[in-house]
Amino acid sequence: MRLYWNYFLMELKSQMQYKASFVLTMVGQFVTSFTTFFGIQFIFDRINGVDDFTYGQVLLCFSVIMMSFAIGEMFGGGLAVFPDLIREGSLDRILVRPRSILPQIIMPNMDFSRLGLLLQAAIVLAIAVPVSGVTWTGKKIFVFVMMVACGSVLFFCLFLLVAAVSFFTIQNLNFLDIFTYGMRDFGKYPFSVYGDAVLKVLTFGIPLALVQYYPLLYLLEREEGIWYMISPLLSLLFMVPSCWFYRFGLKNYKSSGS
Amino acid sequence: MRENCKVYFSMFRIRFNHNLQYRAVVLGAILKSFLWAMMEVLGYLAVYRMGGDALPMELSRTVSYVWAHESFIVLFSVVFGDGEIYSAIRSGEVVYDLARPVGLYGRWFSQSASNRLSFALVNCLPVLLLGALMPKPYGLTLPGSVGQVVLFLVSALLAFGVTVAMAMLMYVSLFYFISQRGIRIMARVVVSFFSGGVVPLPFFPDPLRRVVQLLPFGSMQNMPLQIFCGNISGREALLGILLQVFWLWAMVSLGRSAMRRATGKVVAFGG
Repeated sequence: MRLYWNYFLMELKSQMQYKASFVLTMVGQFVTSFTTFFGIQFIFDRINGVDDFTYGQVLLCFSVIMMSFAIGEMFGGGLAVFPDLIREGSLDRILVRPRSILPQIIMPNMDFSRLGLLLQAAIVLAIAVPVSGVTWTGKKIFVFVMMVACGSVLFFCLFLLVAAVSFFTIQNLNFLDIFTYGMRDFGKYPFSVYGDAVLKVLTFGIPLALVQYYPLLYLLEREEGIWYMISPLLSLLFMVPSCWFYRFGLKNYKSSGS
Repeated sequence: MRENCKVYFSMFRIRFNHNLQYRAVVLGAILKSFLWAMMEVLGYLAVYRMGGDALPMELSRTVSYVWAHESFIVLFSVVFGDGEIYSAIRSGEVVYDLARPVGLYGRWFSQSASNRLSFALVNCLPVLLLGALMPKPYGLTLPGSVGQVVLFLVSALLAFGVTVAMAMLMYVSLFYFISQRGIRIMARVVVSFFSGGVVPLPFFPDPLRRVVQLLPFGSMQNMPLQIFCGNISGREALLGILLQVFWLWAMVSLGRSAMRRATGKVVAFGG
């Protein structure tokens, strides 16, 4: 544990060495999500809502997904180096060390500039809360925290899955981006607006709707059922297949040689 | 001049063959663009269900815009690949490039252009085709007349030039800033937003829209995409193309002089 903590501190310090660079990257992240926000803004200047969700509720969705993504990517985004590690053969070096593998890859590749994204999501949340029409109670705040927490785990799992695919393909297959970066963008609307087929995929396949659409219905008191309340927790089941797939890939990994 | 052209062309051919090598990657890219466009179309359909009349573009035009945008996305991105150029600047290898008998501006320009073009050629037509094959509310409407196609092609070529010229300015800025990643993110965001990559320019609120249209951003993907979907036509399109010609000229001359100045006192990192 001490070792990982050292990794973490080392990375933080080294990223802080180039302060201007760090700040610029962070501002970049901050502005990136702002453009999506302005995109929503421009559209909702002209209309009142999508389906039966108001502007404030759309913003609430947007900030939940954005926050989850920011946290998930801060930890998991570094896994994108997987294909490079495999191609260069550095992964072999990591494999022979007597420590678990994931932290050895995650810790040195943490990207703290993602805090810019998190900050932006928090601002959007602050705008959304008063206009969302949700009457906040202790229970609802708890559900909201679960939405973000489970969402972060989910995004992390997605990054892990994408990385694990490269065990088999060596090359980076970028269509999988649609489940990570794509969902960050599409999560701006409640997933139900994309139609039944998409909602089903996002419920039973990649359960992002469980941290966004279903608990939102609970927050808005449109559904009272316990299932809607604990749906974010159900999404954690997604960890099972993604961890399994990662292990499976690791077991079948053959070095690409050097 | 002729010699130069040959050099540039063979660089393009190498790129093109290289990109075709990884078929799985190409297939993946096509699938990604297709799904991405589809999701975006579904999003717009939901938005238009609520108040189609209040929105500045007809639904079918917005849908075509989305498909075309997704198909040509590589062609009109300021930040795409170009790893060799970044690492040349970072590692200091650029001094070798300076010693070559081909001008650095022309060399990098053609390199960036061929990076995008070669990828787009294998990538964009299939997506356009898939878009055209989709049933009515989801699919794209192809341009109706030959004139529209010609205008689109001319405008797309110019927009492509302006985009690469913008990328060149970004490279030059990297001679001064060490933070490549930060600059890259900023450039991508700002250009994509103001050229209509997040929402089409007609959706922008009025005073802002009029200003942005006149800036180089308006002469990038915005113009060809709006011609493609039929939102701009006739005299308006011709005027837009004239503006594009101006910006292409302005951006290239600006980039050339900026690069002369930057390479005049280049400080190479590393050694």
